[in-house]
Amino acid sequence: MDLDIAPADEAFRAEARDWLAAHVPAVPLPSLETAEGFAAHREWERQLAADRWSVVSWPREHGGRDASLLRWLLFEEEYYAAGAPGRVGQNGIHLLAPTLFEHGTDEQRARVLGPMARGEAVWAQAWSEPESGSDLASLRSTAVRTDGGWLLNGQKTWSSRAAFADRAFGLFRSDPDAARPHQGLSYLMFPLDAPGVTVRPLGRLDGKPAFAELFLDDVFVPDADLIGAPGQGWRVAMSTAGNERGLTLRSPGRFTAAAGRLAALWHEMGGTAGTALGERVADALIGARAYQLFGYAQVSRLGAGGAVGAESSLTKVFWSELDLALHETALDLLGPYGALADGADEAPAHGSWADGYTFSLAGPIYAGTNEIQRDLIAERLLGLPKGRR
Amino acid sequence: MRFLPTAEQREFARTLDGMLGASGTPAVARAWAAGEQKPGRELWARLAATGLFALAVPERYGGSGLLPVELALSFVELGRHAVPGPPAETVAAAAFLERLGEAGAAEVWLPRIAAGEAVVSLCAGGPYALDADAADAVFVIEGGTVRRAEAHGRVQPSLDPTRRLARPLGGGVLAEGPAVTSAAAHAVEIARLVTAAQCLGLGRALLAATVSHVRQRTQFQVAIGSFQAVKHRLADTLIGLEFAQPLVYAAALAVAEGAPSAGREVAAAKVAAGEAGCAAARTALQLHGALGYTDEPDLSLWIRKARPLRDAWGTPADCRARVLAG
Repeated sequence: MDLDIAPADEAFRAEARDWLAAHVPAVPLPSLETAEGFAAHREWERQLAADRWSVVSWPREHGGRDASLLRWLLFEEEYYAAGAPGRVGQNGIHLLAPTLFEHGTDEQRARVLGPMARGEAVWAQAWSEPESGSDLASLRSTAVRTDGGWLLNGQKTWSSRAAFADRAFGLFRSDPDAARPHQGLSYLMFPLDAPGVTVRPLGRLDGKPAFAELFLDDVFVPDADLIGAPGQGWRVAMSTAGNERGLTLRSPGRFTAAAGRLAALWHEMGGTAGTALGERVADALIGARAYQLFGYAQVSRLGAGGAVGAESSLTKVFWSELDLALHETALDLLGPYGALADGADEAPAHGSWADGYTFSLAGPIYAGTNEIQRDLIAERLLGLPKGRR
Repeated sequence: MRFLPTAEQREFARTLDGMLGASGTPAVARAWAAGEQKPGRELWARLAATGLFALAVPERYGGSGLLPVELALSFVELGRHAVPGPPAETVAAAAFLERLGEAGAAEVWLPRIAAGEAVVSLCAGGPYALDADAADAVFVIEGGTVRRAEAHGRVQPSLDPTRRLARPLGGGVLAEGPAVTSAAAHAVEIARLVTAAQCLGLGRALLAATVSHVRQRTQFQVAIGSFQAVKHRLADTLIGLEFAQPLVYAAALAVAEGAPSAGREVAAAKVAAGEAGCAAARTALQLHGALGYTDEPDLSLWIRKARPLRDAWGTPADCRARVLAG
């Protein structure tokens, strides 16, 4: 058992660190949940891609560096430690791309992945519907066979950044007569500016407009944009849903960096050990370190031939609660300043904590609510019987 | 990087687990609590035969070298089986004596510890020595001095009856000065690490027992394990343990390498494992209901250990302060 990073991996880490030191904007970009910030972040994706840092774990032919999962973890640690901008392309990169690598055709990969890596096509997830959140299999939007493709109808909602994104991917009911609700779903991609698509921005809890609901009225999608076989959408989606919950959506580097900033804030404010706040700062540091080490263990298990299965539910609950605790502690430390949101002209340099706090409130909800994840943990990892939800 | 126990390390842990499972540790623990030491000493000899105590002793004294990773993995198994006695204190005493630079005490005690012939307790910073009545030697570190106690006060009733606490009394100073302070810090680090490992194993055992119980126990005509409230509590217990485990492993590696971060890593592991073990005990008690509140099922042995182990060799408050100190 060791935690030694091989010299070649250290060299990769150092290269990333140097590049980030030279390129991370000195002034933070505006929030990517606003139109202005979205454009600025798209430009940042382009810069990352120009030097092959936008999708380090992808094959070189699609703009990546063929980096191992360990190198990806190291890259992410450096990325967040450098205070680099949030990733506007993350829905595509972490959710759609793994699906295409596993279930897509060569043509789809060649057409979709490059523009995604360069930020030219930003993707939104169109899974949820007004009556289908956690019970995703109950979704009702339809895909009906037509000449050379499919016609989509229905409504999708709570789609992150769909207000500004270019394209979306989602599940549609293609066989309403299927024996079980999970069967008869198809996985399709469509442009958000296609005829028949109406995008209505929805304000989020923080007032930022990047959420959206989508109304689909006879939207034509060619066969080339169906992922996997018709009716196999659930299987295709679930085979990569673990990515959304596990390490790849919220990498440990994000939390080690945030916990480090929290500890610095605590020291700066003259914090004393042995106080309730001090204990919570310590717990944030311990939690972030635990998640980082869990990631290293997961990489090691994968290297030894293991697979990531239901344990992505463990990480989902852990990182979402860690994120919340970390930000709540920061606001408590800031006292009266904690109430000042991003953009307040009297907010101290730590104004971004309020922004991060609001974002962390969503963590236990998205990517499968923590209630559902706890059910999965209990049933799949502990072997408890299924029961009524 | 391969942050997983090796095949040999896993095999060693499995061997210990198998041996302890066959040794009737609950009965041994109950006897130990009653002051009857014979079954405990027999178990001690079986532990020594696996090479456990040799892991804390350098080769020149008949050990296999101080191997913190193997020690931590072993103590997870000791925790899993609620092994009574002062094995943590004994390995910490070994680390202390080896580091002290007083060849005399090391030559006398280390070969005996490695061979399982000596049960040794160590008292550093607290008023009580664990199992002073059963130990062949009790070393007491106070300030910059160390003495070997001559006697002990009355065994005090304690929260975990298998942890017999008494004040060490008397004894002349064996050594003093910075060497004592430095060796003591090292010993506390070892004691804290293996105690964290015990908490982790204890929590694993409590979780397994509780999962098995809620699958069988029916109320309202269904297994209580099908209730969401029950599931969520157990899921949280598993999360606590799963994320404490890598902290314990990393702390052991840091100690093994003498890394400057070792003190902080060990403290973090102790907080996480101690809290996870305690939470597992609370969950076990709650989900066993009144069955868990009775002394007769062996489960009570594990439940009563959780809190004292969480606080031994550094309370969570002490350890969190250590983490903050960087």
